[in-house]
Amino acid sequence: MNQTLRRTDLFWLAFTGLAALVPLVPAIAANSFIMHVLILVLLYASMAQAWNIIGGYGGQTSFGHAVFFGIGAYGAGMAVVTYGMTPWPGALVGIVSAAVVAVLISYPCFKLSGHYFAIATFAIVEIFNRMFLVWDWVGGALGLDYMIVEEGLANLMWYDSKTGYFYCALVLFALVFGIVRFLEGHRFGYYLRAVRAGQETAESLGVNSTAVKLAAMALSAALAALCGAFFVQYNLRVDPGMVMSLDTSMKFVLVTILGGAGTLAGPLLGAAVLIPLQEFTRAKWGGLGGGVDLIIFGFLIILIVIKQPAGITGIVRDIARRRGRKDASGQGGASLGSA
Amino acid sequence: MDTLLQVLLDGILNGMLYALVAVGLCLIWGVMDVINFAHGEYVMISMYVTYWLGFLANVDPLVSMFAGGLFIFILGALTYQLIIKYTVGKPPLSALLATFGLAMLLKNLCLNWFTPNYRILSDTWLGDRTFQLGAIIVPVPQLVTAVLALVMIGLVFFMVRRTRFGWAVQATAMDKEAAELMGINTERIYLLVFGIGGATVGIAGGIMPTYLAVHPEVGTMFSLIAFICVAMGGFGSIPGALVAALLVGVVEALAGYYIAPVFKYVAVFGLYLALVLLRPKGIFGW
Repeated sequence: MNQTLRRTDLFWLAFTGLAALVPLVPAIAANSFIMHVLILVLLYASMAQAWNIIGGYGGQTSFGHAVFFGIGAYGAGMAVVTYGMTPWPGALVGIVSAAVVAVLISYPCFKLSGHYFAIATFAIVEIFNRMFLVWDWVGGALGLDYMIVEEGLANLMWYDSKTGYFYCALVLFALVFGIVRFLEGHRFGYYLRAVRAGQETAESLGVNSTAVKLAAMALSAALAALCGAFFVQYNLRVDPGMVMSLDTSMKFVLVTILGGAGTLAGPLLGAAVLIPLQEFTRAKWGGLGGGVDLIIFGFLIILIVIKQPAGITGIVRDIARRRGRKDASGQGGASLGSA
Repeated sequence: MDTLLQVLLDGILNGMLYALVAVGLCLIWGVMDVINFAHGEYVMISMYVTYWLGFLANVDPLVSMFAGGLFIFILGALTYQLIIKYTVGKPPLSALLATFGLAMLLKNLCLNWFTPNYRILSDTWLGDRTFQLGAIIVPVPQLVTAVLALVMIGLVFFMVRRTRFGWAVQATAMDKEAAELMGINTERIYLLVFGIGGATVGIAGGIMPTYLAVHPEVGTMFSLIAFICVAMGGFGSIPGALVAALLVGVVEALAGYYIAPVFKYVAVFGLYLALVLLRPKGIFGW
């Protein structure tokens, strides 16, 4: 007991230490490509952490998060492009609608188990993708292109440097990780993990598993929508293929699982390894359109999944164990969704 | 009335093709509980095999589809040996994610080697041949594919139900440990099931370049449709997959013609959701 406490304390010390260093990065890295990679790492870590709530802690492997991400992105995008407002009210509407859509979708789908649930969520992404492609109000297949507006926090847009985006991404990251950290120690977090471990047992002890799962899904979707709103502000353009596609959904799942699902640090570790790899291979080999970056990326995914299904957190744990620190073996998350 | 019949015929012919693609996935899913995300990429690669055989060596797809089948048999067996074997016994998602990585790898390898250009074989035996049946036009390549699909599905079904090998496959699917205690080499069964599952899609993909353009993205939709068919049919049920695939083909054709082409997949995926919510284990599932 004492030992586990010490280990998590150590982890938190390292984590806050790193977080304290991060704001200094813009001064160090004037290189805008490195800034871009850092912003994406923070964004994907937040996206993965949002997915982690339902997919990792809740054990419900949703492949539908592209829908929620997309709704958030379209919320902010339409506020700016269609209605000429600041993105904030649009993002808020997007977040709320994503949570509502998530509950409406999940309520029937939670009855399905295993692969049936996974395929149902695939199907939902495809349906939304097609609907948005032909829906003129949201820009159809052409999508929404941002016009030039005034820089600054009010419009959440900067042109000259990426530093503003970086700080916003940092706030987003801190918010999402903070919420999940809070939930981990909160009663709700225990309920959620209990439902993952055994729904019947949890129910017999008085946990309303449906309500817990629905609440987790709504929160997860809302945070995914928030990430989507940030994404569109950074990307300055949105179309259905960009946000509401299976590939986007897979990113949520992959980053979390490669990092370590059901652990707080997993999404950050996954994003910190995967996103720089993706961006550097894309910068080095992707320009010719030959797909070399994705060949390498695909190969790495296979390698990590078959070598270490518990993700990078699992690798870290293994190294710690090999050094003889027995206490490191306790308190693991689910290696992969237990669906 | 004639239009409706024509649309229905197109849907049924397409559905038979989906069934042939789905039956391989169904076999793998039923025996190993693995969703092979690279299934559509198998279709794509097999299409390239027959396309290049036809383009470079003038072999007709009707012959070279067997080469496609053999090629994907080997590819499937390799997939099992190099990837799936290491995910057996681990949580179900790991196989899905690993094969997603494989799909990405294969798709972009083909993009790298063959460029994203659309390619279609001209001057094949079946070519653009059609014949008239009353007021309906029957396209010969699709008809041959449909007949071939029926024969192949029949063969796979017969193999699983009526041969010693098939009994061993069923035993392995029911209880791996018990099958091992009875002296069944389950590793070999898995390897062969993956290979045979690949061979059926290989043959399906092999005949397609006659009437469908090959490009690196062509497999993605086939993967999704095959998932839908197998899940709708019910866990590992071959007749279920056949019925579901026909349903998918018909619904796709009807929605594509009577609503709008862009809505055909909305209708297909909507049908899946509706059906699976009524019967959470699929039409023939238990």
